[in-house]
Amino acid sequence: MKTENQKAWFFVAPVLVLVAFNALIPMMTVVNYSVQETFGNNVFFWEGLRWFEELLASERFHAALGRQFLFTGIILAIEIPLGIVIALAMPRKGPWVPVCLVLMALPMLIPWNVVGAMWNIFALPDIGLLGYLMNTTLGIDYDMTQSPFAAWATIITMDVWHWTSLVVLLSYAGLVSIPDAYYQAAKIDGASPFKVFRYIQLPKMKQVLTIAILLRFMDSFNIYTEPFVLTGGGPGNATTLLSIDLVKIALGQFDLGPAAAMSLIYFAITLLVSWLFYTLMTKDDAK
Amino acid sequence: MAKITLSKLRHSYMPHPKSAEDYALKEIDLDWSDGGAYALLGPSGCGKSTLLNIISGLLQPSEGQILFDGTDVTALPPDQRNIAQVFQFPVIYDTMSVFDNLAFPLRNRGVPEAKVNDRVAEIAAMLEVTQMLDAKAAGLSPDNKQKISMGRGLVRDDVNVVMFDEPLTVIDPHLKWKLRSKLKELHQRVKATMIYVTHDQTEALTFADQVVVMQDGEVVQIGTPVALFERPEHTFVGHFIGSPGMNVLPAELRDGGAFLQGHNVLLEGAITGGEGTPQIGIRPEFVSLGETGLPATVRKVSDIGRHNVVEAMIGEVSVKAVTEGVPPAPGSNVHLNFRQDQTRLYRDGWLATTGEKT
Repeated sequence: MKTENQKAWFFVAPVLVLVAFNALIPMMTVVNYSVQETFGNNVFFWEGLRWFEELLASERFHAALGRQFLFTGIILAIEIPLGIVIALAMPRKGPWVPVCLVLMALPMLIPWNVVGAMWNIFALPDIGLLGYLMNTTLGIDYDMTQSPFAAWATIITMDVWHWTSLVVLLSYAGLVSIPDAYYQAAKIDGASPFKVFRYIQLPKMKQVLTIAILLRFMDSFNIYTEPFVLTGGGPGNATTLLSIDLVKIALGQFDLGPAAAMSLIYFAITLLVSWLFYTLMTKDDAK
Repeated sequence: MAKITLSKLRHSYMPHPKSAEDYALKEIDLDWSDGGAYALLGPSGCGKSTLLNIISGLLQPSEGQILFDGTDVTALPPDQRNIAQVFQFPVIYDTMSVFDNLAFPLRNRGVPEAKVNDRVAEIAAMLEVTQMLDAKAAGLSPDNKQKISMGRGLVRDDVNVVMFDEPLTVIDPHLKWKLRSKLKELHQRVKATMIYVTHDQTEALTFADQVVVMQDGEVVQIGTPVALFERPEHTFVGHFIGSPGMNVLPAELRDGGAFLQGHNVLLEGAITGGEGTPQIGIRPEFVSLGETGLPATVRKVSDIGRHNVVEAMIGEVSVKAVTEGVPPAPGSNVHLNFRQDQTRLYRDGWLATTGEKT
């Protein structure tokens, strides 16, 4: 006979309270804003799904979303392969291991707004090291405040510099967990270095890479601080990513309703892509 | 397939070895004949895996040479030595099917696909994995994974030697026996030289025609399982092989005979000359209880199934005897008899009696 009682709630309750305060309640406030219009003074008018409909039809939102996907796509396409290559090149044993690990971890320790400010100064055409080098020494016209292409190149380089290390460290963790016997067996089986990578290293890194891609997707898709400090979304709207646009609407124009609706759609997209990706990547393991 | 010769092989993991203790392998000279089934037996840390890795080429010896059929291969990398090795933990390529796993060593060497199919089918049939060929290797049970690892070793028909490095470590006990007899059967069918490294005497003795016993980086005896059991050339072999191991008893030499706690003990043959601490060695299986003989007091009796192991004290020395029937009670006085043709003298651990009677 199973005895039934309600004691389990005591164990679940602390988590429920915590989640309620840090996720559910703030989220519901946003849901609340997203269906109303306000002109201040804490007066609200019911608007239903109007903000959602307007937003999904708006050119401005489409453009920002497009830029967001482009940005995330480019940095993933660079950071994941680059991270794997660096991890493969790192020593597995010996005195250089801690040196490499610390060097790799350094960029990630720098606060995000500092990263933005650093690159902003670095790229200034007349006094920045990079800007001066490009314009004066190499004679390449480079000014991210004028040219959208230069602005994009700069924020992408900045993100690659800041976050490739994460991919490196995760891949490296996956690599060092491979027992020596695998490499020895591959040697005896006559496998080429590419086959060792394809059939031993890559499969053993699959799980950590899934996590790395997920983290980099979510982080880069929600990126705000660094491009805001670096380009402020400009020139024009060239680097106005979703989150920058969101803050412009919410705080710049104080359109709380549309901004709330945008937040929810933004959140839903991040969640959906992450879920799809994770499900696809782990589909084989479940079998 | 080839005859393998190890000549003056020494290996140290230190860059500048000085004393003999710095060597993991101390001067090994060995011949493995073509098509033989060998076992390398010894306790953990005795250098057997080092020796195996040197033969396969994963490790470069500090000194000495390895010859395959008289050709020096010491400097060749593993893939050019044409050898196969099965590791302690099954190594399989997770993303490939069982078929692709087995075909991998052949395809890497550019073997035509038609021949690959034939060989894989043949090996799969031998290992009884034919029905799994299309399955993904990652999902197999440990014993099947280890079978696939073995299969990758056996699939090439031109291998010089197949080496097994404690391959049954991760296998469940009831499957160990099955895989072991499978290996023995495979050896008879493929006729390749096989070297099997283990610290488990049962595995070594059931698999091999010749067992090489190692201790502290040295080969102490090479022989058939029967020879190792019946006439150990070193007390280590006597002690390591057998359960319980050989009795090794402190002895005294005077008047041309051996004495144990003041009692004369008759040996199998004449004592050979030389120096060194004398010890008497006799297996518990050849010690019996009787009405007359060496007086002893029973200290402990352990039931090991079909037999009893009686541990009795002759003076200060404990002697084990394997007996059948009702054992004596602990504390009782008994008389022990040593079978003369199985009683030997050792000096500093090494056999020091001749087999012929004086």
